This record gives sequence, structure tokens and C-alpha cells, in this order.
Amino acid sequence: MTGVPGPAGSGGLAGHLDGFVRAIREAGIPVGISQAVDAAEILTVVDLLEREQLRHGLAAVLLQRAAQRPTYDVLFDLWWPLSDRRRTVADEADGGASDDGDEPGESTLDIPGGDDVDLAALMREQLAQLLLAGDEEALRRFAREAVEMLGRGQPSPSGQSFFSYRVLRALSPDTLVAQLLTGLLAEGDRGGLAEQVARQTIRERLTALRAAIESEVRRRTAAEKGRDKVAKNAVRPLADQVDFLRAQSGDLAELRRAVAPLARRLAVRLSARRRLGREGRLDFRKTVRASLGTGGVPVVTHHRPRKVHKPELVVLCDVSGSVAGFSHFTLMLTQALREHFTGVRAFAFVDSTDEVTRFFRPGADVVDAVQRIGREADVVGFDGHSDYGTAFEVFADRWASAVGPRTSLLVLGDGRTNYRQPGLPVLADLVRRSRSAHWLNPEPRRLWGSGDSAADRYGEVIDMVECRNAAQLAQFVTTL
Amino acid sequence: MPRPPSQSPQFSSVADVGKRLSTAGYLPDTQIATTVFLADRLGKPLLVEGPAGTGKTELAKALATATGSELIRLQCYEGLDEARALYEWNYKKQLLRIQASQGTDGADWDTVHDDIFGEEFLLSRPLLTAIRRTEPTVLLIDETDKADIEVEGLLLEVLSDFQVTIPELGTITATRRPMVVLTSNATRELSEALKRRCLYLALDYPSAEREREIVLSRVPDLAPGLAEQLVRTVRALRALELKKSPSISETLDWAQTLLELGLDTLDEAAVRSTLGVVLKHASDQDRAAAELRLN
Ligand SMILES: Nc1ncnc2c1ncn2[C@@H]1O[C@H](COP(=O)(O)OP(=O)(O)OP(=O)(O)O)[C@@H](O)[C@H]1O
Ligand SMILES: [Mg+2]
Repeated sequence: MTGVPGPAGSGGLAGHLDGFVRAIREAGIPVGISQAVDAAEILTVVDLLEREQLRHGLAAVLLQRAAQRPTYDVLFDLWWPLSDRRRTVADEADGGASDDGDEPGESTLDIPGGDDVDLAALMREQLAQLLLAGDEEALRRFAREAVEMLGRGQPSPSGQSFFSYRVLRALSPDTLVAQLLTGLLAEGDRGGLAEQVARQTIRERLTALRAAIESEVRRRTAAEKGRDKVAKNAVRPLADQVDFLRAQSGDLAELRRAVAPLARRLAVRLSARRRLGREGRLDFRKTVRASLGTGGVPVVTHHRPRKVHKPELVVLCDVSGSVAGFSHFTLMLTQALREHFTGVRAFAFVDSTDEVTRFFRPGADVVDAVQRIGREADVVGFDGHSDYGTAFEVFADRWASAVGPRTSLLVLGDGRTNYRQPGLPVLADLVRRSRSAHWLNPEPRRLWGSGDSAADRYGEVIDMVECRNAAQLAQFVTTL
Repeated sequence: MPRPPSQSPQFSSVADVGKRLSTAGYLPDTQIATTVFLADRLGKPLLVEGPAGTGKTELAKALATATGSELIRLQCYEGLDEARALYEWNYKKQLLRIQASQGTDGADWDTVHDDIFGEEFLLSRPLLTAIRRTEPTVLLIDETDKADIEVEGLLLEVLSDFQVTIPELGTITATRRPMVVLTSNATRELSEALKRRCLYLALDYPSAEREREIVLSRVPDLAPGLAEQLVRTVRALRALELKKSPSISETLDWAQTLLELGLDTLDEAAVRSTLGVVLKHASDQDRAAAELRLN
């Protein structure tokens, strides 16, 4: 294990820790004063020569949610970098496939020429071996060398740049998959379970490789250009800050994990009546009767079972293209609500509305449900662009009895009408007939009313809430 | 924050934690071992958060075994209150005692009062029990997220000064602070205040390598090659984003099942016939069968 490099600068170790804590705060992770104090104490207890102890030790006092960890790790690697042991790394790797003895920096100029191509080919061969073996430490070592050899950009006065895309282009690890599959599988194993499992293993190793390359590029860049600059660009938003509208498919899984518990809470909040305590009202007669056994002293009290109110909830959601990321979340939310309450009905619309409750039977799979809605539900009547007015009208007309005095209504959408009729009176009427009504809008508030957004006008007849990310959803749930 | 009464640390180093937990049947990674070491050194409660079946409860149990402590467990649930968590007066017994005293004249109310609020009528619940113990103790507060918010206030009080005030009896202070482990499935956020008082340990599914070691240590008769195959297959299932991803518990159940059925390879037929052990929802089974090409 590598030791922690002596902290540079005037403040010594304490000052260095201060800088690290500040960077963490700037990345959106709240760190209280008492936590910062605890962090300083950690430095006195862990073995500072064991970098991983320091990493996990500081994480234990500075973090409070699992979603903060990836950001934390990026910053930790910048503030407590592995010491630079390039030569040693190259020496070790030289024992392997590449034995042409390149000095670091020698053959890495960006000139298309025999040497460079050879080097890349050699390293690619070595990489294939490493991916097959799956030794993570060896892969990390390889990644460091690959960045050194293949990742340099044009030298410039502001310092040497390193790019992971250069490394990935030279090695093109994705094209190794076929070769790796052959290596991992026996003859007859193609096509079935074994191949699927092997593919997953390869995916994991490639992901680890990419992460190691990116981490090394950040480390080298920080050494050249200062870590503050790298820290600013390198940190991805926390899962609960990811914009629903901009979520990449990679974010969705994480997002789903962040949203699932919120959905459950939302379901409870929307349905909760005033709590009556643990049990219902005292059942006087039963209590008196029981007290006869203890000489008239009511030792055991009996209560009537608490009345359970069946909540009624109607979810009305825009599933058009403009809210693709959001509607994914929306439908997830609907599924979670359905899991808890039978009294939930879900309706989806684009330019027409259809009931989609049946796709969300408890136990159903969200991904399936989304696909089935696309195929089977009647949500597009005309051209596939949102038409809120028509959608509301169809809803109010075909399911006139769906909304009543015991119904909570939840509308989910961006309120972008494509300059068509917004259908305000219909919505206002639905709101009037319901017990409570809220609209969750995935667009930032400042855009409400801009262009074809009718969000500001809808906001006059219904409680419109900005809900761009999981953090805001959490906020909404608690204020309900 | 006043530091609770100190207790001499149980572990000498992170490596010592790793060694002794392993001996107790729990294989920790560096993160777990380091955080446990710090909780012991700094005398702070350990909050372990993560999905179901990732070894949260087991960690507390192994910790008790490794340190020769008794495990006191407070299982949280919706509606848990002070009377169940801390202490309660045994009012049935009190009532009967009052009744009995009504016959004998002369027993004035004050005597009876002192009497019925004595030790004999006190029902000690896990939190109080843990504080009063003089022998080494691990206090496990399991599934904290299931309890209502109000319980967190109570925990906060008890965990910050390790003392409990019972109006009729006075203040009871721990003579020997227990090691405290709280677990949570993160179905809701615990309060900031409670989190700040604890060291935070996020558990997730283990690396392939560690999971294989766990399988081999818990189901030692399984062939190593099959264990490897099993763990790889479980990881492929976890990548599918199922309603309920298989956890370590399911991996272990699966290993046990394969062993009992005498299966020595995990091919399509073997997976098809045992999938119910790993995936509990019908929709998850269908999905897995399609994605992993079981048919
Ligand atoms: N590191 C480990 N070493 C050995 N066994 C482990 C380890 N982690 C988990 N296990 C095993 O996995 C199973 C599940 O663990 P446990 O019951 O502690 O999960 P949990 O996180 O408390 O789950 P839940 O949230 O459902 O309560 C147990 O059988 C436990 O023995
Ligand atoms: Mg548990």
C-alpha cells in the first residue's frame, strides 16, 4: 500500500484536510462543523500510511448517504493522490507483454507512425490478457501506464494535457469483447446462459478499466494544472440532483434507487389520515367485561380496531417525448404507488388519454409496463405531440366519475402545450371536484410560461410544484 | 457533546478487526473493518445503511461474538414507543399491589407509592437493559428506518449521554458504554442529528471476489468452481434491475440448494429449476429467464 504524500503548503495536515472538506462542500455534500472536527480526529486514529484506511475513515464521518460516495471518491483521489511511481509501474509492466523498453514520454507524441501503432497494438494485446484474468489491481496498474503512454494531448504552455478518449481510442477495448468471450467460454457455451453471464463479467471489467483510466487522467491533470480546476469539472451531480429531464440511461438505475423510497413515502403521505395513535378508540364494554376477571380493575384495556381509510389517488401523466426522462420517473412513481394502494388509478396522455392502471398490477415490472404503454395504450390520437387540452377533455369525459371528493389528484408533466388549447376550465373543474390536487413539473420554475409552456397559467388553478430531481421530490413529500 | 463514559477499546488495529470478525464467521472488506475500528476507538455508534441482505444485522452479531459481548437487540417497527424501547411500569402488577394493600389498613399511600415504583415493578426494555449492563455489550438497533421519527429523538438522547432518567427512580448512567450498531434499509432518511452522532457505513453488494469467499466460508462443501459460477450468475441477475435484486442471503440459499440437489454445474436447466430460491417475484423470474436466455 502506498503512503499518503506529505501535505504541501503552509497549513500542514490540518490545512490540507480543511481544503479537502471545503471541496466536498463545494460539490454539494453538506458537512457540518462537528463533522469537520471529527474528521481531524480520524487523522489521529487511522494509520496514515494506509491510504484506504484514511479514505474509508474520513468517509465514515463526512458522508451521510450512499449517493455521495462516488463524488467523495473522486475528490479523495485528488486530495490524497497515490504517490507518483511512474517508473516503478512501467518497470513492473515491462515484465509483461511490452518489452520494447519505452521510456515514458518517448513514443507518445501524436504523430501517426509505426512506433505508435505498434505500441498501441502491443498494449491492446496486454489489455486483452488482463481483462481475461480479471485482476483489478493489475488493471489499475495498466490504466496508469496506458494514460502515460497513450493519453497525452499536444503539449502547451499551460502544461501537459491528458485525455481518456485518446487512451480509449488507441486501445478500443470495446472491440475486444468477441475475443474475450471466446477466451471465457467453452465451445458449446454460445448463445445461452453462459454467454450472458460472461458478457456481464466483461462489462464489469471494462467499466472498471474505464474508471481507472479516467481517475488516472484526473490525477495527472491535477498534477499539471492544479487540483481545484480538475475538481470543478470532474464531479458529477449527486443522484438526487440529476435532472429528471436530462437523465442519461446510466443515471436512471441510480435515480430509480433514489426515488423508490420517496415514492413509498409519498404514497403514505397522500393517503395518511390524522393518526389516531397506535390503537383505535377504547371499547368500553369489552374492557369492563374483561375487568371482571381482575376484580373490576380494568387491567387490560380493549380498543376498537382503527378505521382504515381507503385512499383514492388518480395519477395523470404526460408521457410525451419532451418529458421522456421524467415520464420514466413518473411511471416508476405510479408503480410504487400501486404497490401500496389498491385505490390508485393511473392515466397516461400525449394528445389523448388512456387508463394505464392495468399495466401496473402489483408485482409488474416497470420496464415492461413502460414498453406496454407505448405499444398497447391509446395515448396518441393525432400527431404524437402533447395536447393537454384534448387530453384533459378526454379524461374528464370518459372517466367522469374517477375524480370525487375523496380523490387526491396528481398531475405530472411539463405543461408544454405546443401552443394548443391548455384546457384550463376542465382542469380547474377537476381540481374543484377533488379532495386535493398537485402538479409536479420537471422544468425549472424560471421557464414556466416561456415559449409554449402554460405552466404559469395552470399554476393559477392548481398547486404547481417544481420537481426537477429527487431532492425536490423529497422536499415536496415532506411539505405535503 | 459530552463524551459518554469511556471503555477501553476492544480492537488493537484495523487488521485485528478483520481477523476477529473473520473468525466469528463474518468476512469484512477494508471499509467495514476500518469503520468498525473507528467506532470502537472513538466510542461512537455505527450506522450501517444498505439494501436488504447485505450483512448489516450479521455484522452486529459477529461483532458481539468477536468481542465476547452479549447482543441486546432493539427491533424497530412502526408504532414502536418508549414503553417498548426504554422501560415501562408493570401496571397490571401495580394495580394488583394497590388492591392487595387496600385490605390491610394502615398502609398509607406514600408507602404504597414508593413501593409500586420500585425495581420490582420496572419492565426494562432493550435500551435500558443495555445501559445497565456491567458486562461487555453490543446494542443492535435494527431497522431504525422502520420506527417513527419520534423514536429518533429518544435514541439521540440515549446515545449522546448514555443515561436514562426515570422520574420515580432517578438517573441511571451507564457504567460501561455498550458498542452501538444501528441498521437501516434507507426506506427513509434518518434525521441529520442522529446521523451526525454516528459513524456512517454504507453497505452494498460485495465484490465478486469477496462474495465468493463468503459463499465458501458459509457453505464450505460447495466446489470452488461452482461458487465462482454462482457468484457470476448472481451478478448478472443484479445487473437486470429487478424489483428485488438477489442479496447475499439469496446467494447463500442458492449455494445451499445446489449442494442439497447435488448439482455440480450451473447450466440453463439447473438455473431454471432453482430460480425461485433467488428471485421471489414471478415478474422477476420471467424477466431473468428471458434476459439470461434460459429457454
Ligand atoms: N461479510 C459477510 N460475511 C459472511 N456472511 C455474510 C456477510 N455479509 C452477509 N452475510 C450473510 O448474508 C446474510 C444476510 O445478512 P443480514 O441478515 O445481516 O442482512 P441485512 O443487511 O441485515 O438484511 P435486512 O436489511 O434484510 O435485515 C446472512 O446470512 C449473513 O450471514
Ligand atoms: Mg437485518
